[in-house]
Amino acid sequence: MLTRLAYRSLQSLLVTFCLLITVFATDLRAEDDLRAMINALGEGNFSQTAKQVEALAKTGDPKIVPALEALAAGDLYQRKSDKQVFLTKSSGGTLILIDPLSGEEAGTEASGALAKIKVNNSLRRVVRSALGGLTLMSPDAGTRLQAAQTLLRTPSADALEPVETALAAETDARVKLVLERARAAALLVLDRPDDEKKAAIEIIGNAGGQDSLSLLSAALASADDTLKPDIEAAISDIQDRQALWAAGQNVWYGLSLGSVLLLAAIGLAITFGVMGIINMAHGEMVMLGAYTTFVVQEIIRNSYPWLFDWSLAIALPLAFLVTGAVGLAIERGVIRFLYGRPLETLLATWGISLILQQAVRTIFGPTNREVGNPSWMSGAFELGGLTITWNRLWIIVFSLAVFAALLFLLKKTPMGLQMRAVTQNRRMASSMGIRTPWVDALTFALGSGIAGIAGVALSQIDNVSPNLGQGYIIDSFMVVVFGGVGNLWGTLVGAFTLGILNKFLEPYAGAVLGKILVLVLIILFIQKRPRGLFALKGRAVEA
Amino acid sequence: MNIKARLTGAFLAAVLSTTALNGAFAADDTIKVGILHSLSGTMAISETTLKDAMLMLIDEQNKKGGLLGKKLEAVVVDPASDWPLFAEKARELISVNDVSAVFGCWTSVSRKSVLPVFEELNSILFYPVQYEGEESQRNVFYTGAAPNQQAIPAVDYLMENEEVERWVLAGTDYVYPRTTNKILEAYLISKGVAPEDIMINYTPFGHSDWQTIVSDIKKFGAAGKKTAVVSTINGDANVPFYKELGNQGVKAEDIPVVAFSVGEEELAGLDTAPLVGHLAAWNYFQSVDNPANAEFIKTWKAYTKNDKRVTNDPMEAHYIGFNMWLKAVEKAGTTDTDAVLDAMIGVSVPNLSGGYSTMMPNHHITKPVLIGEIQADGQFETVWETPGLVVGDEWSDYLPDSKDLISDWRAPMSCGNFNVATGKCGGKGS
Repeated sequence: MLTRLAYRSLQSLLVTFCLLITVFATDLRAEDDLRAMINALGEGNFSQTAKQVEALAKTGDPKIVPALEALAAGDLYQRKSDKQVFLTKSSGGTLILIDPLSGEEAGTEASGALAKIKVNNSLRRVVRSALGGLTLMSPDAGTRLQAAQTLLRTPSADALEPVETALAAETDARVKLVLERARAAALLVLDRPDDEKKAAIEIIGNAGGQDSLSLLSAALASADDTLKPDIEAAISDIQDRQALWAAGQNVWYGLSLGSVLLLAAIGLAITFGVMGIINMAHGEMVMLGAYTTFVVQEIIRNSYPWLFDWSLAIALPLAFLVTGAVGLAIERGVIRFLYGRPLETLLATWGISLILQQAVRTIFGPTNREVGNPSWMSGAFELGGLTITWNRLWIIVFSLAVFAALLFLLKKTPMGLQMRAVTQNRRMASSMGIRTPWVDALTFALGSGIAGIAGVALSQIDNVSPNLGQGYIIDSFMVVVFGGVGNLWGTLVGAFTLGILNKFLEPYAGAVLGKILVLVLIILFIQKRPRGLFALKGRAVEA
Repeated sequence: MNIKARLTGAFLAAVLSTTALNGAFAADDTIKVGILHSLSGTMAISETTLKDAMLMLIDEQNKKGGLLGKKLEAVVVDPASDWPLFAEKARELISVNDVSAVFGCWTSVSRKSVLPVFEELNSILFYPVQYEGEESQRNVFYTGAAPNQQAIPAVDYLMENEEVERWVLAGTDYVYPRTTNKILEAYLISKGVAPEDIMINYTPFGHSDWQTIVSDIKKFGAAGKKTAVVSTINGDANVPFYKELGNQGVKAEDIPVVAFSVGEEELAGLDTAPLVGHLAAWNYFQSVDNPANAEFIKTWKAYTKNDKRVTNDPMEAHYIGFNMWLKAVEKAGTTDTDAVLDAMIGVSVPNLSGGYSTMMPNHHITKPVLIGEIQADGQFETVWETPGLVVGDEWSDYLPDSKDLISDWRAPMSCGNFNVATGKCGGKGS
């Protein structure tokens, strides 16, 4: 009995052992095969590499995912001496080698001893769809969703089987929905009975959006007559829905352009609108604000990289201080001698703008400087049929916040009260004990400082170059004059009106003609209402 | 009054000191080279680099012993991105400073403005930037690319390797993009692309709000056919354009953008991580791997004392042009304009992309064409190049007005716009 048991267990142990060995051996052999295939990625031209990627994808082994990801990212290198292919991480002048299958470090190598495996767009596409197939069963729902979306965008006949397997196993509703569509997209390119295809067309048609339109248009080209009416109906259905959204999209673009105009003009609404100084150096204040952002980011990049997402928050007060100080210096140094002489002020401030531009050019060089977007300002999200980019959204919010803060300052604080008093009746204010020269200087500094803050925001969407300000000076004057000189609300309404008007004209007239039309409309409007949208009334106007 | 007097004094002193400086260098035993690039104004962003590159080349040549036993001397003027001022400054260089050759201009309009001056005073201009073609002048050597050395091969690449069937031609609204797009449109139609598959879009200089156009491009690309954007967008407008592309998620794998005016210098102001895979067509990339280029980059970084400075295609064009001029002057034994003009044709010098460039009788040069993809480090990686050198074609074969014209500045013909159909010199652009 006992011996029998011992014999049995010995037997089973032996069997398990044998099994283990075979499993291990096949595993090793498979790994050797994979390694050979990965090494072959280093050979031949783009199309040969693409074939290798497809062959790798056919194995369906998730172990190759890191290698393919590295290939697409350009981090896959071949060692020149033994033709081995490695993933790499750069550290200083050398590259750390990482085994493509095990993910373990395999020593370091000077970059000269390695040859990068080049990728181009078509190869990247092949890798992307291969990865889509391989990551469909990933444990992470986000990865699965991405994989499903990739397969939806690049439908192929091969994808049907893995999609159906994944669909059967999928539990997440969102992923499931995309997988259904991906399945429909794959069915469309396959040779299937018409009713199956019709169902697929309906699924894709209901999904709507740009991608579906693209899939259906592609299918339409190769469809036979029985399917054509269905596809056409689905396409026109999507287009109808899009036309509605397009108007919304234009409003959004207009708001976003308007917020940029508002930011650029709001400082000028103080210096020109409230004080009446024709300040041609206003654009350069915006530029200085943008360069302050650059300097802050440069210091952060070199010394405190973990602070990068906060760089704009740090740059904001600094930009305000820097440009405010420059504004103060300009007012004390030049403008105060020229009050009441608008033409001389215009020339002097224009000269200052040239001096500032050339100074920045000398210090920072004439080329563009790189100002990065913090992660929370990059990318876009979909809202119904609208694509909303984060940086534009934040700029709209920011411009409104700056506007509100300025309004509060002017209407509710003692400093604002003094400013308004001085601009409305200088002599009376002076008699009441207000030091008018200092109020002038501080008001100008405030306007300049706000231009600097605008520069921080504009550095996120425009060039940071010495010419940055020139692009905004004309627009800023346009907004202030159109909105009504001396009225902050006018600037707000003026900026958004011009922004939306511009964006509604652009799709029909083109960017160049659109801009001209806006200018013509403004000229006509000023003829009719010389004081702008919201004219100041009363005695202040005559002063 | 006091301030005014002081200002006048300072001004006079400044004028005196510049004249004194000029005078100090104006010895007779030097050969003078004019540099006509904007150092202020909008174009300073691109042209300042070329001025520095020229100063470096002249410096290096002087270290090697100069030219014809004399030292070279650079005369730098600043036309301040002001087109009429280009003509004035060119006149000053030639008649006041007596330079033997001028290296300069960037925009086509600045070149057009100096042409009459060079013709009248009979001097030599080397023009280093890719341009729209449709021109060949006796006194100008075009060392940048003509459309067939940049635009047409780029379109061919997209058609063959990316199987693009739908095209967006987007450009800044001025002569270079308009002419190039006209040539490209004619070329695409000749290749069987339907007119409704071509979308042409122009934007003003310095355009910064690309939301509508980028979303239009996305819409145009959703017609089920592979779409690409051919960008002749120039200068400052590129940065916001690429930022918008990145933010709206236009990926190079889906809708690649191939640009003709975006080089290493322009990318220096951008985070290129979202742009990997977008393309540019040039005749030179900093990443080209050969000893001559490595040496050039090393010298450039040492000269500018900045390890991050990049090199670009127009710099290489000046490198080629300058070396050609040196060789031609040595061949002629004099810097006399007519002798050098004759000696220039057929001169062959090494370029930085690993071959030789030759000056052709039409005053354009032979170059390889490279297509590069933007990398995350702001450099380009060559993904395709022409098997051999391409000869610059000044009069495009795809435009009805210019397809019969050729240019040959050698002795018996000596004509920049010879019409082969009528057999007469003089046609368009005379």
